Amino acid sequence: MSEASPAKAYALHLGAIALLFVLSFLLPEYYHGLLARIMVLAVFAMGYNMLFGYVGLLSLGHAMFFGAGLYGAGLAIIQLGWSVPAAFTAGLGCGAVLSLIIGLLALRSTGVAFMIVTMMFAQVFYLAILYFAAWTGGDQGMVVPQPARVLTFGGTSLDLTNPTVRYMSALALFSLVLLMMLAIVRSRFGRVLVAIRENEERTKMLGYDTFSNKLAAVVVSGTICAASGAAYALLFGYVGSSFASVQYSILPLLWVLLGGAATTLGPLVGTLFMYYVIDVTSGYTSAYLLIVGIALILLVLFFPRGILGSIRQRWLGWLP
Amino acid sequence: MTDKNGFFDLSKTTVTRRTALKGLAAGAGLAMAPGFVRYSQAQSSAPIKIGFQSHRTGIGAAYGRWYEKTTAAAIKAINAAGGINGRQVEVIIEDDGTDPGRGAEVVGKFATQHKTDIVFGTLFSHVVIGSAPAAGEAKMPYFVVSEGHHVASTKLNRYVFQPGITDVKSQIKSMAPWIAANAGKKVTQIFPDFAFGYDHRDYLPPALKAQGAEVIAQIAIPPTESSFTKYFPQIPAETEVIYHVMVGPAVLTFVKELGEFYGSNRPQLFGFIDSLEAVDINSPGLEFLDGSHFWEGSPRYAQPDDTEAQKAYRAAVGIDDNGAAVGDPKDVSTAAHMFGCWETLYVVKKAMEDAGYKGPEDRAKLVEATEALKEFAEGPEHPQGPKTFNGKIHQCFGIQNISKVEGGKLKVVHKTKIEDGLYEAEGDYTTQAL
Repeated sequence: MSEASPAKAYALHLGAIALLFVLSFLLPEYYHGLLARIMVLAVFAMGYNMLFGYVGLLSLGHAMFFGAGLYGAGLAIIQLGWSVPAAFTAGLGCGAVLSLIIGLLALRSTGVAFMIVTMMFAQVFYLAILYFAAWTGGDQGMVVPQPARVLTFGGTSLDLTNPTVRYMSALALFSLVLLMMLAIVRSRFGRVLVAIRENEERTKMLGYDTFSNKLAAVVVSGTICAASGAAYALLFGYVGSSFASVQYSILPLLWVLLGGAATTLGPLVGTLFMYYVIDVTSGYTSAYLLIVGIALILLVLFFPRGILGSIRQRWLGWLP
Repeated sequence: MTDKNGFFDLSKTTVTRRTALKGLAAGAGLAMAPGFVRYSQAQSSAPIKIGFQSHRTGIGAAYGRWYEKTTAAAIKAINAAGGINGRQVEVIIEDDGTDPGRGAEVVGKFATQHKTDIVFGTLFSHVVIGSAPAAGEAKMPYFVVSEGHHVASTKLNRYVFQPGITDVKSQIKSMAPWIAANAGKKVTQIFPDFAFGYDHRDYLPPALKAQGAEVIAQIAIPPTESSFTKYFPQIPAETEVIYHVMVGPAVLTFVKELGEFYGSNRPQLFGFIDSLEAVDINSPGLEFLDGSHFWEGSPRYAQPDDTEAQKAYRAAVGIDDNGAAVGDPKDVSTAAHMFGCWETLYVVKKAMEDAGYKGPEDRAKLVEATEALKEFAEGPEHPQGPKTFNGKIHQCFGIQNISKVEGGKLKVVHKTKIEDGLYEAEGDYTTQAL
């Protein structure tokens, strides 16, 4: 991979953000709403990509981090009556603490064992949601009341249920995380992570504390996923256990694989692609998951590094 | 189409492309098949569009299929009788995958892409709760056929209604007098350890207590469980009635193992037919249920005293005397619930007519007109029976059936009264802004 000048990389990312901003005014109503949801879930995918793409750790338990943010924010509002910013912070805090604990335990393993350990922890988290149904709403979940989903700054208030406010909030979170990811990838920390992915033993021999770096990556990854979960609860008003199920651990993996692991924009592309394939094909047949499966197989056959990963490999070597 | 190693290899045959095209054509054909209700839009005025949020895939698929059949039959009858306000009705179906996340997206799709007049038809509670915020934000009247207590709990919003099927809290309450008087006073509950089970866990004990009976044990079974024998020793010896509401594929194992545990000397059994919706009551392993009793919203089997309306409804939907699809005895319906689709559509019709509904700009009027409804008389529009409607909590209350398994059929032995299931309202949607 050749190195891009910082200006080129930042221009590309700022361009992508600008495009999403402009799309807010151009898209038909339905796609406007859908893209807001996709941007929030792309943040989830970016968090996943941090660990999977850059450190090479395949987790099957990231739904618990998304769930930590979702329930952290949702319960803070529903059960404690907190404000939107406080609830969002609570969601982030839950994700950070949970990922620190999980990281400390799960990073004792690698490879397949890491995958299984993370999946088991996520299952514990999921079953805990069902077990404490009196507070969490169990498998039915809970609605975040519409009047509580208002962001107040002094005298002005922003209604997060308003489509434009929701889109712009989603875009703000997405942009922040995207630029943060770009900065991380280009930082010394990001390079150490890639070094660990490529050869952990050699990185250790070079004097790096690989455990600390991996732990930091798990915490950053988990907190980003929690930010996505918290935003989902606040912007879309539903907190439910299905978002902590194994399906939501596999989805970010698929989105990242599709878009391109270890590419900063890949998670957005993958999430966008998957959403639209499902949305379009489900209009024609109830066997749409079959079509999604075929699309995935074709992509793996012809774009084994994902869409942006393959583009980087073949044409744009500088793509971050 | 296999290579020398025996692996499936798409690249080594040209037939595959044709096969794929055939598959696509078949898929398109399926999309046009009955069950997808598509009507000509050649009427003089644009049709009223109803967005049907269907569980076509996922855990609710068996229900979804029968909900679609019932809906198609009701729409056919409504259109044949002149439609609603002189306009034909068109149903647009979107699959929610029985997933709350997708459910909310589907409601958004109906509101902003299909621009339907209402959204209708959701069954599974988590999908209803997940979709309700999207309906409220889009100010889209959302008529569910779920039987969950979520609507009546007033925790959702003013745009969500359940006018075609009694909620589970009311169903359970209305069962208690019969259980206490006929089955026994000491009841042990066995239920799945998730929300559907919790409704029964929470609402049955007070209802039984009011009838002089009591729940002496509650056994929650984790949803991941596939074998149940180890739970049965927890059933107290003095149990007179086992009240069971296991759902899902494990129910056959549950009943079989319960039969092996008790043999011929068992307590009375009372269950909710939800466990066995779309399942043949004569399936191997279910023999143990002979002589036991079930709640049924609407009877699966034709009864000797069926009303003309009930007979006409069954014929219109296409179910035979055994509650299976006409011409396919193995395709057992979800009769206890799906009548709710039929009745809800007639409630929508009535409310739209009362509101003088012309289009989406009249949605608020439609909400108010629905809230103003008080009762629905038994008849072709409400074949399950008469109902009252509480506009403050957006919930209807109807009669319930208790059926006995006899000779491989379910025979209705008791019909409850509407009053048996009434309870204090927990809130008032009408105080919320439209």
